[in-house]
Amino acid sequence: MSKAESKAGTLVPVQLWERLRKTVLALLLPVTLVWLWQLAGTDGAIAGGALPTPDRVWAAWMKWAFGTSTFGLNPYIGTWTQSLWFSAGRVVYGFAIAIAVGVPIGMIIGWSKLASAMIDPTIQWLRPVPITAWLPISIAIFGIRDFGAVFLITIGAFYPIVINTTQGTRDVDKNWIRAALMMGAGQRDVLTRVVLPAALPSIFTGLRIGLGIAWTAVIVSEMVAVKSGLGYVLWDAYYVGRMDIVIADMVSIGLMGFMSDLLIVSIEIWALRWRRLQSFDA
Amino acid sequence: MISFSKVSKVYGGAQGVRALDHVDFNVAEGEFVALLGPSGCGKSTLLNLVAGFEKLSEGTMLFDGQAVSRPGPDRGVVFQEASLLPWLTVWDNVVFGPKVQGLMRNEYEPRAHEILKIVGLEAFHKALPVQLSGGMRQRVGIARALVMQPKALLMDEPFGALDAQTRLSMQQLLLEVWQRLKTTVLFVTHDIDEAILLADRVCVMTARPGRITKEIPIDLRRPRSIDDLTNSEFTHFKAQIMAEMRGAHDQH
Ligand SMILES: Nc1ncnc2c1ncn2[C@@H]1O[C@H](COP(=O)(O)OP(=O)(O)OP(=O)(O)O)[C@@H](O)[C@H]1O
Ligand SMILES: [Mg+2]
Repeated sequence: MSKAESKAGTLVPVQLWERLRKTVLALLLPVTLVWLWQLAGTDGAIAGGALPTPDRVWAAWMKWAFGTSTFGLNPYIGTWTQSLWFSAGRVVYGFAIAIAVGVPIGMIIGWSKLASAMIDPTIQWLRPVPITAWLPISIAIFGIRDFGAVFLITIGAFYPIVINTTQGTRDVDKNWIRAALMMGAGQRDVLTRVVLPAALPSIFTGLRIGLGIAWTAVIVSEMVAVKSGLGYVLWDAYYVGRMDIVIADMVSIGLMGFMSDLLIVSIEIWALRWRRLQSFDA
Repeated sequence: MISFSKVSKVYGGAQGVRALDHVDFNVAEGEFVALLGPSGCGKSTLLNLVAGFEKLSEGTMLFDGQAVSRPGPDRGVVFQEASLLPWLTVWDNVVFGPKVQGLMRNEYEPRAHEILKIVGLEAFHKALPVQLSGGMRQRVGIARALVMQPKALLMDEPFGALDAQTRLSMQQLLLEVWQRLKTTVLFVTHDIDEAILLADRVCVMTARPGRITKEIPIDLRRPRSIDDLTNSEFTHFKAQIMAEMRGAHDQH
């Protein structure tokens, strides 16, 4: 145990070096792209003013993030964090509902042939309907309000979660279930203590895909159906010709998506640490 | 303890595979019985019927005087690949049964400790299954079955996936454990040596249709050990069983 722990727990210099190398390699492409973008512009603009150069975007972003409005109400000074939290909050809310609904339904479909025959076809028929097509219904039901966005996020994230959970449940080693039954486990214990942990790797795959879709859904719905958040700012800034804010907004969305995926992956690594341990020879 | 009368098992409906055909078979309380036969003759099927993993198609089968309807802790099963729950530690695998049965901690913990000691794994109670060798994993498999104090132990080629040396030490361990606990054991194998070494009685099975063709009592003195593998009495039993199996084979 101690050998395996030291392997996973501490970073020896070789691993540190490897990490640094990876980070540098990962940054190479985006830095080059930004540099070329900067070179392509003159007087801080590209294509006769259609797009601002990176330095302008950066300046606008910093003002948007940290500036304080001295007089009047400028929507692009010091409001970044607020917009970010609006969007992130909706994602968390909708994603949590999608998990709470998708995981149990996926397990039921994967576990019971009857449930699969009754529920699965409906899910497969509804699944091809893109989240954008749900917008009118969402607005009709919830109006231009918060829950419209949450609704779309839930729908978008639900499908990959439910499908991967179903698959994970179906793939559980039959002998693990038999072993649990042999030890006196009832159906509920089998589901919670065997099927759920065994399906967890698949469930996490579903969560990662679902979270990506959740970010798409929140931006789309904020662009159309809600009057706050990064998606709303994106569309609004475009209307008033603030392309620097549009680009800063896009980068922010990418960053948030990336960070939230990182969070899920860290939870996954922790929850599935039993899969990563090396064996030691007795 | 276990009694089969005219038991048949057909897989996949009426047109399916007849894995067992009118099997009559008994295991007495405290007896160690080995089921020996070629691959596909229905050994696992027979064991799975007792375990409650499969339902029989015809005939009657009783375990401890009752018809079997589902798996339960009175029949401890040891699987070929151990089939431990990989996200649980050795300890949590062993106490899984008592826990889901709702037993009190002070009731099962001393027993679990003792059994881990018997199988020689008390130092590894915090290890995860992936961190163990195949033999150690199988010892956990045996421990988690024993901790439930089953009326019978059902073992389906438990040492089939192990290398020859580990296999010998596991056979030795099982002999010691059994000599101590005297549980009823139904042991499936296709290794003749293993069957003779361990069992009070060897039941030879043939395939298509799956039947028990011969029952050979092994009256080697107990306690036995792996040293018995080379004595003359042992070789005598081996010759007898090999002749029986060859004969059964020639009939096809
Ligand atoms: N679930 C199943 N569905 C259909 N046929 C099955 C099933 N399980 C076993 N069989 C068939 O029943 C017969 C007996 O199988 P069984 O697994 O009992 O044999 P076995 O003696 O344990 O073989 P082995 O030594 O290879 O484990 C085989 O012909 C097998 O193909
Ligand atoms: Mg078998």
